[in-house]
Amino acid sequence: MPDAGSDRVRPAIIELTSTRLKEFVRESEAMFWVFGFPLLLTLLLGFAFRERPPDRIPVGIVVGPSSAATLQALGKSPALLPRLYSEADGGEALRRGKISLLVEPGPQPVYHFDPTRPDARTARVEADDALQSAAGRRNVIAARDEPVREQGARYIDFLVPGLLGMNLMGTGMWGMGFTIANARMRKLLKRLIATPMRKSDYLIAQFLSRLLFLIIEMIVVVGFAWIVFGVSVHGSLLLFAFVCLLGGTAFAAIGLLVASRARTQEGVSGLMNLVMMPMWLCSGVFFSYERFPDAARPFIRVLPLTALNDALRGVMNEAMTIGQVMPQLVNLALWTAVAYVAGLRMFRWQ
Amino acid sequence: MASGNGDGLAISCRGLKKLYPDVKAVDGLDLAVRSGECFGLLGPNGAGKTTTIEILEGLTPADGGEVEVLGLNWSRNARELRERIGISLQETQLNEKLTVNETLRLFRSFYKNGPRPSQLLHDMSLEEKRDARVGKLSGGQKQRLAVACALAGDPDILFLDEPTTGLDPQSRLQLWEVVARFRAKGGTVLLTTHYMDEAQRLCDRIAIIDHGHLIALGTPPELIARLEAANIIEFTSDPPLDSEAFCEVNGFHGCSRRGDGWQLRVDSLAAAVPQLIRSVEENGAKLRTLTTHEATLEDLFVSLTGRELRDA
Repeated sequence: MPDAGSDRVRPAIIELTSTRLKEFVRESEAMFWVFGFPLLLTLLLGFAFRERPPDRIPVGIVVGPSSAATLQALGKSPALLPRLYSEADGGEALRRGKISLLVEPGPQPVYHFDPTRPDARTARVEADDALQSAAGRRNVIAARDEPVREQGARYIDFLVPGLLGMNLMGTGMWGMGFTIANARMRKLLKRLIATPMRKSDYLIAQFLSRLLFLIIEMIVVVGFAWIVFGVSVHGSLLLFAFVCLLGGTAFAAIGLLVASRARTQEGVSGLMNLVMMPMWLCSGVFFSYERFPDAARPFIRVLPLTALNDALRGVMNEAMTIGQVMPQLVNLALWTAVAYVAGLRMFRWQ
Repeated sequence: MASGNGDGLAISCRGLKKLYPDVKAVDGLDLAVRSGECFGLLGPNGAGKTTTIEILEGLTPADGGEVEVLGLNWSRNARELRERIGISLQETQLNEKLTVNETLRLFRSFYKNGPRPSQLLHDMSLEEKRDARVGKLSGGQKQRLAVACALAGDPDILFLDEPTTGLDPQSRLQLWEVVARFRAKGGTVLLTTHYMDEAQRLCDRIAIIDHGHLIALGTPPELIARLEAANIIEFTSDPPLDSEAFCEVNGFHGCSRRGDGWQLRVDSLAAAVPQLIRSVEENGAKLRTLTTHEATLEDLFVSLTGRELRDA
């Protein structure tokens, strides 16, 4: 936003918005948290969980007369990684979990494993299958495998909408809350209301500048995930943008509420973390909240970040329509309205 | 610039009260600031100056009393009043990431009328700092910028709360010039300060406030005349003396204790000092220190309260 050396003063709401944007751009730390951090996280997690053939399960074979043949038979299974052990070492490796299964070879092989571990049960089935086939068993029926490779089913596809949601929450709340609490602490709010400035202009400008940044944030995160990992939006782009906007607005309103009375940076930081922490953990950013107990899920679904993540994933990965994500949109709209009204009521200018 | 109302008052308050849980910050204060004058609220820290000025500025609600500014009322005419007054708060930290010019444009945008930002830059000698970040300015430059923001709406009244506290002498002079220019255009100034020299030099009239009460009001010469003494002698002796020892000196008007010594208010130094030295010796004591100066507002404050202004 160049000043062009002009003396022309624009309407207050534009001056307020543009100074807020300038202030943000000139804060290099804030720029990192808004743009650098989510990209870094996407990159790290994307590579950590990139597509790989399924891991082979390590299994041990006790050295004995027929261990060589057993090793060869198990080596043919794509699911197993067999290795020879002395009897004592094998038992030790099994106890320590280095191997999931220990096979005592022979005409009547013995399988040592912990049946409560899913990978141990898989290893048991695979090893038995391999040994039976090697011994000459014929399959009675012929089955064919069809591996599932649907679009939007990879971990990175799950992750990117979650990270975007988390980012919209973080920047929305910090962008509003921290700025306002800071301005109050520095008596800048008091100075502003000592002018004829309309209070609503100030708050609207805060929202406007948030929304402008939100659009850039959205493009950067999604564009990056698309270029690097091929993550794409399968549903309507317009609906996707609307979900982002609504989510960003909801969290800006919550940020306003959190900062409505805070007098110190410590106070507002603590309150922010208190509000955001449960959502980081429960709202399905890194893993699905379906893993939480049934009783907890209704509460988790009420959280705004859960609604935002569900809507983002629905539109990005499952090409959901506006009707399908309506419950989430209503949730976000309600959070926005409640937080905004409560925030304005409690708001302290000095 | 329009004056307030028919009686020529820019600001008036009667029976102003502000109670905080632990202290009566303002306790029944009456003030009347005339249109076009520079009025100073002088008092030690915690005297209630800031509370008083913030009530008059419409930023702090009073617990009792009436306030009229430019003939208007804060409860009914807040918006019009905001357009017509300019305020510099005691401790506002303007946004450090913005430049001087951006800050001025922002403040100018809040007002219907006012000078152009470039005019404000010129008037405040901030042209060279036009594109500098606020965070990089010196204390004096920041304070001039704060006053420039206060002038952005071409106000009729300028409120300055401790405008030169913590500034170097040159910056104080620059700020005083700004106040003088504003007054030359007919503006009214209400300022608080705990510097006597500032009050004495800038203000047409001064209200001395202590513990939320008005303890003296008048022009600087009038106030100093209240001491009925043109000069002040301060001395310590070994051993310390009672006041009977020196209350007979020529032109003696009064005395008060100063640490382990005394402060005497006298007409003429030439007449009083030799007598004082003689009485000290006659009382079998030795003079340890002796200083003299012309009477100031500080001395008035000491004579009224028995305490010093700066560390009261």
